[in-house]
Amino acid sequence: MINIKEYRCDFCTACVTVCPPDCIEVREASIEIDNDICIDCDLCIYVCPIEVLSSDEKQL
Amino acid sequence: MKNNYDIVVVGGGPGGSMAALHASKGGASVCLLEKTRDIGYPVRCGEAMGEHAIKQFFPPKSTWIAADIKRSRIVAPNGVAIDIPFNKEQAYVLNRRVFDYDLSLMASREGASVFTKSYVKSIQKNHDNGYDVHLDFLGEHKVIKTKIIIGADGIESRVGRWAGIKTQVNMRDMESCIQYSVGNIEVDANRIDMYVGDNWAPGGYLWVFPKGDGTANIGLGIGAKYNKKKSAKKYLDEFIDKKYPNATIHTTMCGGVPCSKPMSKPISDNIMLVGDAAHFINPITGGGIAAAMKSGMFAGQVASESILVKDYSELFLNKYIKLCKKDFTNRHEKIYKVKETIQKLTDDEMNQMATKINKLPTHKITLSRVFTTAIIKKPSLIIDVMKMFAGF
Repeated sequence: MINIKEYRCDFCTACVTVCPPDCIEVREASIEIDNDICIDCDLCIYVCPIEVLSSDEKQL
Repeated sequence: MKNNYDIVVVGGGPGGSMAALHASKGGASVCLLEKTRDIGYPVRCGEAMGEHAIKQFFPPKSTWIAADIKRSRIVAPNGVAIDIPFNKEQAYVLNRRVFDYDLSLMASREGASVFTKSYVKSIQKNHDNGYDVHLDFLGEHKVIKTKIIIGADGIESRVGRWAGIKTQVNMRDMESCIQYSVGNIEVDANRIDMYVGDNWAPGGYLWVFPKGDGTANIGLGIGAKYNKKKSAKKYLDEFIDKKYPNATIHTTMCGGVPCSKPMSKPISDNIMLVGDAAHFINPITGGGIAAAMKSGMFAGQVASESILVKDYSELFLNKYIKLCKKDFTNRHEKIYKVKETIQKLTDDEMNQMATKINKLPTHKITLSRVFTTAIIKKPSLIIDVMKMFAGF
């Protein structure tokens, strides 16, 4: 499961671009991850320039 | 907002506005949908653009330009700087807020309807040889029937995904970028600086683009694989602390830039992708304004033609790909190959090159001369690289 620090997010959609199952939805000022579809590949964590995302195992 | 338009453009950046402008010019009824409340904001861009790149579309307005750029400086990993004057033409650092806004105005003057706070939720093929576009407009569900959808919806291009086009970017080609608009700094108001090497920005580069009155865009892009160990933000904060400790940060923006090959087929029946959505980005500089505008223009033209002849098939829209290929995608393919080679240069090799170049007398430091005389290793390659940086 991916944790989101929403107040830190700039809603830039870099994470959406690399997400293989397309489970992230970013709007003007909101970000949501559909954990039912998420495959825990962590690519979104790697690409995020400002450390918004983290996984349960690897808290940043 | 009507229920029916010939063409729906999703996204109000330069690519979307150019598409809407040219589709309207061709006689089609056009609707441009922007998800945010403002066209032109937030800015996710270094904002630099070559003089020719902009003049091929419009004579630049003074309000679009924050700084005239006459020279560039490339800083090697060890701090050695190479100054390169621009000889034939200059570059600009734009005010994208004003620029994007004006482009959308131009589109509306040609007849396009522009809507902000319009978030497209899904698209569905209808029985009328077109698509239904479902959107959230000011909190209300709306459906627009259309024949052609132009996806100018940026790197994540959901339009592309919905149309079955592979838009996902390989991590290998993804750059993690962050930029601050800073004030209270002293910079050469007519020079752009680029820092290369692993200590500044591994797998990418760091830029200082002046915007007049002691302000600048300072940002960097690093390969996403490096971002895993140390975030882009940390690299940028370290640089600011070291080089511009008195700088004040007025805006923070971030983003991903797909420095990949251009998409080979950014179309399907009734659908065309333009700009970032089609990965039309210079793979070395990460610059994408000109390619977005050009592809937007081509897509708008082809879309309006397809409305006239009532042929919305992929086969007809293929004309769009041909126009892009001839104009810039073939070049981007070549630049991608160059990128693969320069990525292999070590910091030491870059330092050696910088030192050699700086031994030349100042008047000889012109792009082509410098690199043909100084670089024994693959001179042609380095010229290509530098031209790309200098000309965007």
